[in-house]
Amino acid sequence: MIEFLLQPWPWYFSGPMIAFVLFLLLWTGKTFGMSSNLRTLCAALGAGKKVSFFQFDWKAQRWNLVVALGAVVGGYIAANFLSVSTAVAISESIIAQLNSMGIQDAGQAYMPASLFSLEAFSTPKSLLILSLGGFFVGFGARYAGGCTSGHAISGLSNFQLPSLIAVIGFFIGGLFVNHFLLPYLL
Amino acid sequence: MRTIVYFAIGILFGITMFKSEAASWFRIYEMFQFKAFHMYGIIGSALFCGAIITYLLKKFKAKSILDGSEIVIADKASGWKRYLFGGMFFGFGWAISGACPGPMFTTLGAGFYPILVVIATATLGTFCYGLLQKHLPH
Repeated sequence: MIEFLLQPWPWYFSGPMIAFVLFLLLWTGKTFGMSSNLRTLCAALGAGKKVSFFQFDWKAQRWNLVVALGAVVGGYIAANFLSVSTAVAISESIIAQLNSMGIQDAGQAYMPASLFSLEAFSTPKSLLILSLGGFFVGFGARYAGGCTSGHAISGLSNFQLPSLIAVIGFFIGGLFVNHFLLPYLL
Repeated sequence: MRTIVYFAIGILFGITMFKSEAASWFRIYEMFQFKAFHMYGIIGSALFCGAIITYLLKKFKAKSILDGSEIVIADKASGWKRYLFGGMFFGFGWAISGACPGPMFTTLGAGFYPILVVIATATLGTFCYGLLQKHLPH
């Protein structure tokens, strides 16, 4: 059992675990939607004074910030105590492709060092990529009314057509950037 | 008590995001290249179980374990523009940063500190949506 948990989790264990998290949140009277935290953060930072979209009782959403804080601690525990190796075994063809694009640690690391090592803080190109990505994630998630957890998991589990449209949008946008922009950006 | 419950759920979620590798930039890149089943298997099996869970909770009108109130699983507002356009913007960001709003917090805990830039700019992006909301097609 412990041996199993220390390895990267296979998809058929990971997926049901995500559904279990969905169940726990529904069962405790809440919903599974992580991007709401970004709106709550805006409200908590005082954005409600300027923009009506952020005028709501953000303190009622504190439970979700607590979930996010738990996710930080969970990431720490998983990386430091629940992993023999954190290298992600992506497919050989992707490794070769990323190597040719200058990402040499593909297949040997959890994240590309060019974007997520401490040097990225002092590399303008890395900062630009991270900022661009983050901005669109935050803007798009709120525009669409949810992200992967809110639409792809919660919404589709409840057979919501709007969530299906949103997920199709995720893939139109993602495929476009992945195939036509990333080769020049990285 | 409630805080501890949600904190524990968050820890479980964070561990799951990290160990499933859904928080890895490489896995998101690979997913958009259709070169592995891994991410599709995760989302598909989560959906399969999630649909059963959602169906059962609704069918039996389950009550919240914490305060006994009825569990309400709200329908999404109808329409398509905001979902399609918003979804596409989200997809741009997801493919570039390899991070969606849950895994962002997980990778921070795992020690990939530049993700702080993503979290900060995602918060800024959310703020900009709030600013522009009235001018965008929904």
